[in-house]
Amino acid sequence: MPIEIKNLTHTYSAGSAFQATAIRDVSLTINDGEFVAIVGHTGSGKSTLVQHLNGLLKPTSGQILVDGEDLNAEGTNRRAIRQKVGLVFQYPEYQLFEETVARDIAFGPKNQGLNPDEIDARVRRAMEHVHLRYDKYAERSPFDLSGGQMRRVAIAGVLAMAPKVLVLDEPTAGLDPMGRDRILDMVRELHDKEGTTIVMVSHSMDDVARLCDRMVVMAKGSVAAIGTPGEIFRQAEMMQSIGLGVPEARSLCIKLQEQGVDVPDNLYTPEQVYDFILSKWKELNKPC
Amino acid sequence: MLKDITLGQYYPADSAVHRLDPRTKILLTVLFIVAVFMVHTLAGYAIILGFVYLASRLSNVPFKLLMRGVKPLRFIIVLTFLLNLFFSTGETMLISWGFLKISAEGLTQAIHYSLRLVFLVVGTSLLTLTTAPVVLCDGLEVLLSPLKKVHFPAHELAMIMTIALRFIPTLLEETDKIMKAQTARGADFETGNPIQRAKAMVPLLVPLFVSAFRRAGDLAMAMESRCYHGGENRTRLRVLKMTKADFIAILIVLGLIGVIVLEGVLLGGVLL
Amino acid sequence: MNDRTQILVDHVSYSYDGGETIVLDDVSLDIKAGEFVAVLGHNGCGKSTLAKLLNGLYVPTKGSVHVCGMDTADDDLVLPIRQRAGMIFQNPDNQIVASIVKEDVAFGLENLGIPTEEMLPRIESALNSVGMIQFADSAPHLLSGGQKQRVAIAGIIAMQPNIIIADESTSMLDPTGRKDVLDTVKMLNRQKGITVVWITHFMEEAAQADRIVVMNEGKIVANGTPGDVFHDVEKMRAIHLDVPHMADLSHRLRKAGMPLPESILTVDEMAKEVAALLCPSK
Repeated sequence: MPIEIKNLTHTYSAGSAFQATAIRDVSLTINDGEFVAIVGHTGSGKSTLVQHLNGLLKPTSGQILVDGEDLNAEGTNRRAIRQKVGLVFQYPEYQLFEETVARDIAFGPKNQGLNPDEIDARVRRAMEHVHLRYDKYAERSPFDLSGGQMRRVAIAGVLAMAPKVLVLDEPTAGLDPMGRDRILDMVRELHDKEGTTIVMVSHSMDDVARLCDRMVVMAKGSVAAIGTPGEIFRQAEMMQSIGLGVPEARSLCIKLQEQGVDVPDNLYTPEQVYDFILSKWKELNKPC
Repeated sequence: MLKDITLGQYYPADSAVHRLDPRTKILLTVLFIVAVFMVHTLAGYAIILGFVYLASRLSNVPFKLLMRGVKPLRFIIVLTFLLNLFFSTGETMLISWGFLKISAEGLTQAIHYSLRLVFLVVGTSLLTLTTAPVVLCDGLEVLLSPLKKVHFPAHELAMIMTIALRFIPTLLEETDKIMKAQTARGADFETGNPIQRAKAMVPLLVPLFVSAFRRAGDLAMAMESRCYHGGENRTRLRVLKMTKADFIAILIVLGLIGVIVLEGVLLGGVLL
Repeated sequence: MNDRTQILVDHVSYSYDGGETIVLDDVSLDIKAGEFVAVLGHNGCGKSTLAKLLNGLYVPTKGSVHVCGMDTADDDLVLPIRQRAGMIFQNPDNQIVASIVKEDVAFGLENLGIPTEEMLPRIESALNSVGMIQFADSAPHLLSGGQKQRVAIAGIIAMQPNIIIADESTSMLDPTGRKDVLDTVKMLNRQKGITVVWITHFMEEAAQADRIVVMNEGKIVANGTPGDVFHDVEKMRAIHLDVPHMADLSHRLRKAGMPLPESILTVDEMAKEVAALLCPSK
């Protein structure tokens, strides 16, 4: 189920004194089964962009085609599309409201009009996806859990709607390293095992480098670059000038080049750099 | 509709009225309301209207904006008018069709009550349009502080209002965010009968309350860590000061009351 | 303890629910005037509780905390302790009291009963020192997270403290805001000699401190310079903490046989050492 964004522009409070154009002429296609990362500064328009993907915001101009269907055309069943594109907001744990974890997760499927058996199956599956044991957590109050656990319940609430595309707006914000790793592992599993298309907004170049197939770099409301992490991080100067920078592994390669070491331009993860340095060192120290 | 509510909305401008001490302006509003209630003739209301117009000119608040404050209350005002028109008892019948009876006294009362309501709203709107909410809080705190002797929590009340004002925009933003998040989970806030709609609010209100309580807890701790210990021995950044302008303003409004009384005596309490 | 000790945490335990939930277990710590100490640990390790013990928001269940020689358990000393040890919190929204920036900075001064005529100069200099003077008359809700935190710091600075305690004050910010806030506090530490206790779960931030105190399950498990603390990669991993990418990389390369020093933390250090090994001619 591809999502095509064509010449999307969004202006907040159009026509008033507070008029502000958040995104301008953005075009981009998200392919079936991809893991796409959207990076950019606060205020670069990332959050505005992702809220268009399931019709929460309407474009000022331009189109969003979900599976070929114009999301904002007359007669489009926006609720049906909303079920296909799950959106996890920043700090999603702040939207929990039910007395038990299971009932909160069931909110979405219930709104979809599913029967109780299906709802129960969905809740169980969603809890499995976010690594929360049903027998242990289903009947607990979501407000008694830790921050990281609450966030996973909130994500399960979106997964329970069985979306084909999962959009996450900074899913690790405010979490400690352990909470962050849990969420990222879970997202990766959804992508690898379930084939869910993932669109993730992130501030961390290191996380992005590790996970995504393709990156969209946003700056001042426009797309500054689109490409694989290798292609994007090769343009280190562009990334520096936008103020996003590159992963430390890539910075190391650049510094090594400056010091005269012959390093290729396509290395950006610690693993790649580890392999490169080690093989180069072994080559130099080969017993003659 | 929301943008029509001028009551409680500040109109930033630099004017003689804006610069008045908030205590003065609260007092002026009270005096103005007294004046409105002493009016007995249509000419008297014309004087009041003229005064309001002058006040709006003096304060650089557009007259139209000031009068727009009445708009959200138009139903209440019309209702007040109709209720008084049909249900007041009087001697002089003007119209009498079966159960529909309109007396001269009823008509007079209807006109009085609805016009009083209009000017009540306009008067208080002028106060809030020309006084920043925080300054208004300060004014109230000082005006109410003599009541501390009878254990009236004047400082606490003002602090509560200050914090409420600070958090209104934050909570509005949060409401919008939670609403969007629940909409993304298929919630429907817009359709259905009133009961369904009320039920649909639960997923919005619960997180909002939870968050408000969390914020309150955090804020209490932050205030404590910044040495907050109630109103005792507290100094203020903003010190209220009465100037000549304040006394002149009070004299003017007292003058207005005088004019109204005089005019009432001269015209002998005839409304029409 | 010597003359320069400013914060002395002496065998402190803290528990609630009548002793059932133990948050801190026999913690001792000594922080000197002018030091920049990072307290690193994952959520629930007790680091936030420790922060709140340092300015009398909490009082130890066992043991004692002294700030500038004053016992935090003494009710009469609460205000002077809080004036000397100012605290900024995690959520930027939930610590700003007033609807105008300069009035918020004034809040602490009003509480201390500082005369009105003294307030404005203090507020101006505080806002200047955090680079927020141009926002003195702004409404806080229109500022970014990082700017709000700097306003909160100004509110503390205006009270002329000896110590700033930052309780995860960057965890809700974006990278730019995080850098701005940390740089501001580092500058105050260097220029005004203000002691900083920086509570965080970001190792990149802790790596910039003079000293790192690592906490796990209510106990201090490591206490030393960033180089000392981070070279024990396995120990940090075991308690679910990150180590700087370069420390990790050099650790792995060392294990594979490369002769790299143990103290590497930054890209620059790493590049220098690796380049020396890969271009022996230079």
